Amino acid sequence: MGEMQELSTFWFVTIGAVKVVAVFTVVMGVVAYMTLAERRVSAFIQDRLGPNRVGPFGLLQPIADGIKNIIKEETMPGTAAKFYFVLGPALAIMPAVVTIAVIPFAAPLPTPVGTVDMVVADVPIGILYILALSSLAVYGIVLSGWASNNKYAFLGGLRASAQMISYEVALGLSVIAVLLLVGNVTLTETVWKQQQLGMWFVFPLSLAFIFFLISALAETNRLPFDMPEAESELITGYHTEYSAMKFSMFFIAEYAHVVTASALLATLFFGGWDIPFWTGDDMFRHESGWIRGFDEAGAPIPATPNVLITLLTLGAFCAKTGFFLLLYIWIRWTLPRFRYDQVMHLGWKVLLPGALGYIMLVAGTMLVLDQLEVPFGMLYGGVLTVVSGITTLAFLFFVDRDRVISGAHRKRNLARARARTAPKAGGPAATS
Amino acid sequence: MTDVLFILFAVVAVGGGVGVVTGRSPVASLLFMVATLASLAGIYVLFEAHFLAAIQVLVYAGAIMVLFLFVIMLLNLGHDYRADLKYGSWFLLSLVVVGLTAGVLVQGLMGTGETGLRAGGAEVAAAIDAAVVEKGAVGVIADPLFTDWVVAFELMGLLLLVAIVAAVVLAKPRERPEGK
Repeated sequence: MGEMQELSTFWFVTIGAVKVVAVFTVVMGVVAYMTLAERRVSAFIQDRLGPNRVGPFGLLQPIADGIKNIIKEETMPGTAAKFYFVLGPALAIMPAVVTIAVIPFAAPLPTPVGTVDMVVADVPIGILYILALSSLAVYGIVLSGWASNNKYAFLGGLRASAQMISYEVALGLSVIAVLLLVGNVTLTETVWKQQQLGMWFVFPLSLAFIFFLISALAETNRLPFDMPEAESELITGYHTEYSAMKFSMFFIAEYAHVVTASALLATLFFGGWDIPFWTGDDMFRHESGWIRGFDEAGAPIPATPNVLITLLTLGAFCAKTGFFLLLYIWIRWTLPRFRYDQVMHLGWKVLLPGALGYIMLVAGTMLVLDQLEVPFGMLYGGVLTVVSGITTLAFLFFVDRDRVISGAHRKRNLARARARTAPKAGGPAATS
Repeated sequence: MTDVLFILFAVVAVGGGVGVVTGRSPVASLLFMVATLASLAGIYVLFEAHFLAAIQVLVYAGAIMVLFLFVIMLLNLGHDYRADLKYGSWFLLSLVVVGLTAGVLVQGLMGTGETGLRAGGAEVAAAIDAAVVEKGAVGVIADPLFTDWVVAFELMGLLLLVAIVAAVVLAKPRERPEGK
């Protein structure tokens, strides 16, 4: 057994407070620079330069924006419901900044006073905590839309509530596949099981990853799902009437959601802080000590926490999360916006039944593998990878609806054939 | 510390409950209700019932109340409800119901026998703690639910399905007979 020195209450509280402050500071810093990254990357995608005047490469731009927002005048619409109008941004930002607390961001750190878990709060309900608190995020948006007493803001709020409820269902169901494979709901165990399986869950649960990615995009209200703030239809939706720092609050909340969603994607499907192709970083709190795995007889192999490993795993976690942050920006500036009925259609008629069916498939496959007494490892993951891979391809083929795979000429021929047989049926050939 | 937090959550929960029935606009009532539900979740956490707390927030505060809010806003309900209140015999009836409920609660809290809420006490708490260590926070609830109570669980699911079908049938526009 690896030595495990428990923290005394004093150090537990002190280090806990340090972790809270550190993680909050880092998230706020990332949020600030996400705004810059968004503008620079969008500029790159659109062949522009983006903000590059304040500081080298425009690096001081977020600070300038922050100062500007603080010293600007706060407007208060005369007919707004004042209490709710002020409450809205506060309610929006609260869930966004607390959800990151349960995500483990590195291997345990050894200190002179004991081993410190690199997670703010390793609560026993793990992912459920994130789902529960992020389900409260909608109040801020809906209330500010309603309190503004502005038709566009109100429509934005209504859209947000319908959209977020719809996609919460798909989000929760896509997580269930992960929970089945982990056998628990804590995120530390999710990382550990991926290390034990010898592969990240994105392979054995590829369809769940796609569902989760789509639902997370919808939950964070970003393009292609930014119906609540669609500029071309609703001015800017629920925050039309807001100005200065209250307006910034919504942006901070949105980007903090994106950071949490990216960290969650990295943790659930890309091994969290795990470094690929290396078992030296595998570490888990098992009964009374840190272990690296189990030998063939089932006895635990001890592991020793190491500062170097902590730093390396922290780097791996940041790299994975950073990739998803970039992906979010990339998607936003690449895809057009959905129509509102398409958003609802995708959520309720595609993702919901798809995720339910996929849970049955994963559970069935796992039942068969367990009955055959396949050990939890590469073979187990491999079988699931094949099953999921086939399902994912089938799903992608279904949602593609002849658009990319069969190409434009087939679509044109189909349309021509239809026009010949039934002159009334106009429009594109392959809409469901 | 635990006591202080408990009193805080309890006061917010009861205050929120009072706020729900005295709030002037439906939105205010709804937010009071959310505060009550969230404080109850906080109390569950103090009892180390983490799973219950998460589900409370996720299902009630995060989904059902959002739907309520959606409906209130969609129908633009905001008028004063006082005119709709029924007084007279209804008022007396509600007093009787509240009194009876309070009586049952007091009996449960004060009772020490088999029926009392405190029956078992420390032993039950120890047994639950052991079960949490063995099965995890979710397993403690999931295990009995899907073994001992699976029939009741499935029947509940069926009941909800029937309710949904009924709601759809009620909401569907009536098909009018030809010629009308």
